[in-house]
Amino acid sequence: MTTFHLSILVFLPLAAGLVGAFLPARLGRWLVVAATVGVLAYTVAMIADFDRAAGGLQYVTDDNWISELGVRYQLGVDGLNLFLITLTALLWVPATLWGAVKTSERPRLFMFHMALAETAVLGAFCAQDLALFVVFFDLMLVPFYFLIGGWGEGERVRATTKFVIYTLVGSLLMLAGAVALGVLAADGGELSFSLAVLEQRTLPEGTQNWIFLLFAAAFLVKAPLFPFHGWVVDTYRATPTPVLVVLSAVLSKVGVYGFLRIVLPILPDASQHYQELLIVLAVFSILYGSILAFSQDEARLVVAYSSIAQLGFIVLGIFSLDDKGAQGALMQMVNHGLVVAPLFFIIAVLSARAAGSPSLAQMGGMALRAPVLAALFLVVTLATLAMPGSPNFVGEILILFGAYEDKLVYGLVASVGVALAAVYMIRVFQRAMHNRVGPGAEPAELGGLDLVAIVPLAAVVVALGVYPQFLLDRSEEATTAKIQAAAEVAEREQDLARVERQ
Amino acid sequence: MIELGQIQAPEIDYRGLAPLFATIGGSIAVTMAGLFRGRFVQRTLVPALAAAALLIAMGLTIANWEAGDSAPIIEGALAIDSLALFLSMIFYVAALVTVVLSLRAKVLRETAPGEYMGLLLGSVAGMVVLAGAENLITVFVGFELLSIPLYVLCAGELRRARSLESGLKYLVIGSVGSATLLYGLALIYGAAGSTDFEGIAAAISDSVGVTDPLLLTGIALTMTGLAFKASVAPFHQWTPDVYQGAPTPVTSFMAVATKAAAFAITLRFFAEALPDVQVQWGPALAILATVTIVIGNAGAIAQRSLKRMLAWSGVAQAGYLLAGVVVGTRLGVQATAFYLAAYLFMNVAAFAVVIARERVSEHGDDLDSIADLGRASPWLAWPMTIAMLSLAGFPATAGFIGKFYLIDASVAGEYAWLGIVIVVGSMISLVYYLRVIAVMWLGRLEIELPTFPPRHAKPLAGWSPEADLKAQPEVAFVAIVAAAATIFFGIVPAPLFDLARDVGASFSNLI
Repeated sequence: MTTFHLSILVFLPLAAGLVGAFLPARLGRWLVVAATVGVLAYTVAMIADFDRAAGGLQYVTDDNWISELGVRYQLGVDGLNLFLITLTALLWVPATLWGAVKTSERPRLFMFHMALAETAVLGAFCAQDLALFVVFFDLMLVPFYFLIGGWGEGERVRATTKFVIYTLVGSLLMLAGAVALGVLAADGGELSFSLAVLEQRTLPEGTQNWIFLLFAAAFLVKAPLFPFHGWVVDTYRATPTPVLVVLSAVLSKVGVYGFLRIVLPILPDASQHYQELLIVLAVFSILYGSILAFSQDEARLVVAYSSIAQLGFIVLGIFSLDDKGAQGALMQMVNHGLVVAPLFFIIAVLSARAAGSPSLAQMGGMALRAPVLAALFLVVTLATLAMPGSPNFVGEILILFGAYEDKLVYGLVASVGVALAAVYMIRVFQRAMHNRVGPGAEPAELGGLDLVAIVPLAAVVVALGVYPQFLLDRSEEATTAKIQAAAEVAEREQDLARVERQ
Repeated sequence: MIELGQIQAPEIDYRGLAPLFATIGGSIAVTMAGLFRGRFVQRTLVPALAAAALLIAMGLTIANWEAGDSAPIIEGALAIDSLALFLSMIFYVAALVTVVLSLRAKVLRETAPGEYMGLLLGSVAGMVVLAGAENLITVFVGFELLSIPLYVLCAGELRRARSLESGLKYLVIGSVGSATLLYGLALIYGAAGSTDFEGIAAAISDSVGVTDPLLLTGIALTMTGLAFKASVAPFHQWTPDVYQGAPTPVTSFMAVATKAAAFAITLRFFAEALPDVQVQWGPALAILATVTIVIGNAGAIAQRSLKRMLAWSGVAQAGYLLAGVVVGTRLGVQATAFYLAAYLFMNVAAFAVVIARERVSEHGDDLDSIADLGRASPWLAWPMTIAMLSLAGFPATAGFIGKFYLIDASVAGEYAWLGIVIVVGSMISLVYYLRVIAVMWLGRLEIELPTFPPRHAKPLAGWSPEADLKAQPEVAFVAIVAAAATIFFGIVPAPLFDLARDVGASFSNLI
C-alpha cells in the first residue's frame, strides 16, 4: 500500500524553500518557518496515529525510481526512526525561526538551504532503500556547505571545506560500499537496494567485512567518533548558531542511525567481527571527549567534545549487540539532540551578553540578573550530565546495562565517562552563571525569541525524563529486530568459543 | 581484367545515411553562403543555416531510431545502430550549443563565419562516421575528418598567440596520434587479414590466437591513438594547453563531442572486433583508467584557469568513462553511454558560464572572473554550481546517477576495485570543484571579507553585473537549460536509462 504522507513530510520544506526564494525576502523566510511548523504538526499527528501493535513499517511509500538499477523510492516509518524524525522536525522549528530573525545577509538563500537540509535529513531518516538513503545522506552536505561557508564566522571557508571533504570522503566510500553490497548480494539475480530485500540476502563474511568498513567510514566521520573527528573543532567554531543546532543535534544522529538501520541487519557477521573494534573506538571517544571537554575554554567546544563522548555512548550501546543497549542508544540519540540544541542557543545568548566572546572566562555571573536563563540552563545541564530523573539518565543506564551484559570491562570504563560529564558540565555552568561577572559581560534576561526557542525544548526534555516509557514502548520492537541478526551471530560465536574452551 | 560492368556497386541505404548527408550538405551550404558579404548573411544567415542543418540531422536521426542491433550499411562499413544514433545526437546537440555560444564570439569575426561553421559541421560529420565505423578504413576516415577541422578551429582566433599555439600543438600531437592509430590498424589487419570488425572477430576466434603478438601490438597502438583523442593519461599532456588556448566555444565542443566520439569507437572496437580478447586488454585498460583518474584529478587541483581546470577534470572523467569499457559487458556500454549524456549537460553548463564571464571580466577565465558571482549574477552562478556538483558526483544530479551506474557496472564486471578507484578520484576532485563554488558564493579564499560584504560585486571594466544576462541572453539560456537538464536527469533518469538500454542492445554479442 502506498501513501503520500511521508513524501509530503519530506518535501514540504524544500517546496517552501523554493517558493520562498522567489518571494519578497520578508515573506519568503516566514514561509520556510511555517513549513517547518507544518512538518512538526505532521509528525506529531503521526506519533498519535502510530500503531504500536502493528510492528514493521508504517506509512510506506514504495515506487519505482530507477528500475535499471533496482533503486526504489521507498519510505517508511517504524519505531526506529519515528522519534528521530520527530526530533528533526522539532529542532528545525527554532533553528529556522532563529535564522529568520537574525539573518540579515541574503536571508532567502539562507532559508532555502535550511529547508533543503531539512528535506535531506528527513529523507535519510525515512529512506527504506539503500541507494535512496545514500542520495539523501550525501545531499545533506550541499546545504551545510553553503550555510557554514556563507553565514559562518571566522575561518568559515576553511571550516566548511574541511567539513565537507571529511564527511564526503566517508560518504563516497559508502557509495561504493552500497553499490557493491547491492550487486554482490544480488549475485547475478535481480538487482535490488531495498533494505528489506537486502536483509534476506546473505553475503560471505569476507565480503561483508570490507563493505562494513566502507559504511563505518561514512558513519563514524559523520558521528564523529575518535579518530575521525578532525573536522569538529573548526566546524563548531565557524558554524552559525541555528545551523550548529541542527548540525550537532540531528546530523550526527544520521550516521549512528545508519548503523542500526543498515549495517547491523544487513551485515551481521561483519558487525560481530568488528564489534570489539567499534566498542574500543566508542570507549576511547567517551574518555577522550570527556577529558578534552573539561579543558576547553570556548563554551562551544565544551559541547563539541561532550558530543563526541555522547556519540561514543551511543555507538557503545549499538555495538553491545544487546536489546537494552540498542534501546538506550536510540533513547540517547534523541536525548542528545534535545539537550544540545538548547545548549547552543543558550551559549549564543551568553556570548552575545559577553560582548560576543566565545570564551567562558569572559562570561560569568549571569545568574544574578537572569534567573529564567539560569533555570533553563540548569535543566539542560543536569540533563546532559545524566542526572537521575532526566531522560539521559535512562538512556545511559540502558546503554551501560547492555554493555555490562557481555562486555563488562568496557562497560566499567565507559561508566567513568558518566562521572566526567558531571565534572565538565558543572564547570561550564559555574563559570557562566555563578562566578564574578565577566569583564565585558552584561547579565540580562532572555529575550522573546530566545524563550520561544529554548523553553519548548527544555519542556520536552523534562517531559521525556518523567515519562521515558513513551519513547521506549514505541521503539522497543524495532530496535530489537534490527540487532537480532547480529546478536545471534555473536551468541553463536560465544557458544563456539565456550565449546572450544571445554 | 575486371570490367566495369562486373563491379557491383555497394548498395546505399539513403535513409540510414540521411543525417550524414544533412551534416555534410549543411557544411557545404554554410561555407558557400559565407562567401556572400553583408551583415545579414554573415551574422544571421550562416549561423541559422548551420543550426538548421543540425536540427534536420537530429530529426532524421530520431526518425531512424530503432532499438537494438541493426545490420551495417555500405557493405559493412558503417553501422546505423542505436549506439551510433545516440552518440550522433550528443554530437549534434554539442554542435548546436557551440553554434549558439559562438554567436557573439570573437572567433566568429576573425575567421569568416562561413568557414567556422562549415568546419564545425565537417567535424561533426567525422564524428558521426567514427561513431558508426565498423571497418578499420572507416575508423581512420572518420578519425581524420573529425580532427582536421578541429586543428583549424583551435587556431581560430588569428590575433591571439595562445590560440595559434593551441592549434599548432593540437595539430602536431593529433598527427602523432593519427599515425599511431594508423599503424595499429595496419598491424591488426596484418594479423587478422580483414578490415571488417566482424571479420576480425571471426578471424581471432577461428585462426589467430588471442595471444598473437602482432594482434596485441596492433591493439595497443590503436588504443594509444584513441587515447590521444579521448585525452586518456598518459596521452593527455596536450589537453590543458589546447583547451586553454582554443576559443572557448570550440573548447566546449571538443571537451564534449570529441571525447564522446573517441569513446564511441573505443566501445565498438573492443566490443565488436575484440570480444574474445577481453581477458587480455581488460586489465591493461583498467590500469590505464586508474592512472587517468589519478593524474587528471591531481592535475586539476593546481589550476587557477577555469578552462585548464575543466581540461584536467575532463581527463579524470575520461578515466571514469574508461571503466565502462574495461568490463566489456553490456552494462558497461550502457553506463558509458549514460555518463556521456550526463557529461554533455554538465560540461555545457560549465563552459557556457565561463564564456559568459570571460567576455565581460578583465580576469579572462581565471577563478577571479567568477568571484562573488552568487551575489552579482545568481542566474549564472547556479548553473555553474550545479555543473560542479554534478561533476563531483553529488546526488540529485545526473553526474551522481552516472557514477552510480559506472560503479555498478564495474562491480558487476568483477572490477570492484575500479569502482573504489572512481570513488577515490571523486574525493580528490572535491578540492577543485568545491573551490569554484566557494569562490562564487563564499567570497574569496585568500581575502577575508568585511563583516557586511557589499551587496553587489564591483563592476569590472565598465560592466555592470546586472546587465550580464541581458547582454548575452543566449549564453545564459544555454547554461540554465543545461543545468536544468543536469538536475532533471538526476531526479528522473528513466528516459536516459531507456536510451542507454537501447544502446546496450546494439551489442547482441555481449552479456
